[in-house]
Amino acid sequence: MPSENLAITWRRLPERYRLIGNSCENCKTNYFPNRKLCPKCRRKGKLMQKQFSGKGTVYSFTEVATGPAGFELESPYVLAIVELEEGPKITAQVVGISGKEVKIGDSVELLFRKIMEDSPEGLIHYGYKFRLVRKN
Amino acid sequence: MRRVAIVGVGMSKFGEEWTRGYRDMLIEAGSRAVEDAKLSGAEIDCMYVGTMAPGSLVGQEHIGALVVDSMGLIPIPATRVEAACASGGVALRQGYMAIASGMHDCVVVGGVEKMTDTPGNEVASALGGAGDQEWELFMGATFPAIYALMARRHMLEYGTTEAQMASVAVKNHANSSKNKYAHFQNEITLETVLKSKEVASPLKLFDCAPITDGAAVAILMPYEQAKKHCEMPIEIIASAQASDTLALHSRESMTCIKATQIASKKAYAQAKVTPKDIDIVEVHDCFTIAEIMAIEDLGFFPKGKGGKASEDGKTALNSEISVNTSGGLKGCGHPVGATGVKQAVEVVWQLRGQGEKRQVKDANIGMTHNVGGSGATSVIHIMKRDG
Repeated sequence: MPSENLAITWRRLPERYRLIGNSCENCKTNYFPNRKLCPKCRRKGKLMQKQFSGKGTVYSFTEVATGPAGFELESPYVLAIVELEEGPKITAQVVGISGKEVKIGDSVELLFRKIMEDSPEGLIHYGYKFRLVRKN
Repeated sequence: MRRVAIVGVGMSKFGEEWTRGYRDMLIEAGSRAVEDAKLSGAEIDCMYVGTMAPGSLVGQEHIGALVVDSMGLIPIPATRVEAACASGGVALRQGYMAIASGMHDCVVVGGVEKMTDTPGNEVASALGGAGDQEWELFMGATFPAIYALMARRHMLEYGTTEAQMASVAVKNHANSSKNKYAHFQNEITLETVLKSKEVASPLKLFDCAPITDGAAVAILMPYEQAKKHCEMPIEIIASAQASDTLALHSRESMTCIKATQIASKKAYAQAKVTPKDIDIVEVHDCFTIAEIMAIEDLGFFPKGKGGKASEDGKTALNSEISVNTSGGLKGCGHPVGATGVKQAVEVVWQLRGQGEKRQVKDANIGMTHNVGGSGATSVIHIMKRDG
């Protein structure tokens, strides 16, 4: 992955650190990551900030054997598309399990984790990952 | 609009071409195409080159200028076209539009990628740029992973199996073993695919197209001029393109490529044909699951039946529909920007009856299907031989 500078990181903090996306008041569609323009309503849309709960289900998943540059230490890891309870689907890692221990439809919850390091002396990037919700 | 025909085609040998760069490969493909078209070269008045990531792969941008310079075609206009893995197909469409509009009379369309000068994980990152850098790649997604996410849904929704996916790779290797330009000249067994190392479950190494160097070129002219100029012009009877969201996760369905469905509907309408009329098709099989989705989305098999159709041999040479006679991306290789043009080269050869050991009987109408990223761009052409 190309290294990201500080400015890119700063402007993504609300989404990556706090799962804040947005919602269009006109068509009531929720967006995560946030959209700058509602693709359905375009200029008629009105986008308002929205806090997502961090609860969702596994829509699809894979175990990545070898990650891209910057993910060498993480590999292998489970990467999923998580369907948030508010509607949007996002790509994120599911931690603490192997690909054999997860299935489509499993409930997951938000975690705040280190994503990767640019280089040994570079930026450490943080953001969202998920874990399975333990059933009692 | 004027009718458009392909009058000459050529490609370089696809593979790991350690000793050759952009210039070598494009000149090899271009010289063959000019010779094939029986042109002097002076007739050429415009050029488009499809290439995805020369900047990240070898630090070279401005590929239009590089190519026009090295081919000795200064001062004609030369433009680089980029649409990730669909760069070649979109370049072909630019050439088609340039001729159809009357703006140019003889257009060279090239496609090229030089991939083996770069370490594997950097290639993976460069190709990842076909997806959403900030919201897929940043989270650790690779392209095999993105297609694996689609494969997992296809397995759940339609019961597609790993063996069915593997059968696509086996068939494409069988075809590429008959293609002297192909990256892989060997046949493989189902067991080889199923026992290969997992890359992103459920996809294994042999479900994935390789990293390849190569170039392909097609030369276009107005159909009326082409008829006078050559014995067997191949007319492009449809050119259609559609877009979808950049990130896979933003789509409603992950078991189809909607841009392909939309573009193919437009293409069938333009050409006034149906899927049943298509004799051969080059589809974008960057992963085996991609070919299964493509043959469904293009209307050759009902949704969800692509895996079974592949397993039953309905896509092999001279079967119900001959899919990826060149060997596809899996067997022939996938020099990203070259792929869309190579598909057109293969269809032209087949329609002219120059398919050698892999020639399909009575091939009259052919199609190319080229996808960018996980389906954010899809571009389709339909071609026909006279008579």
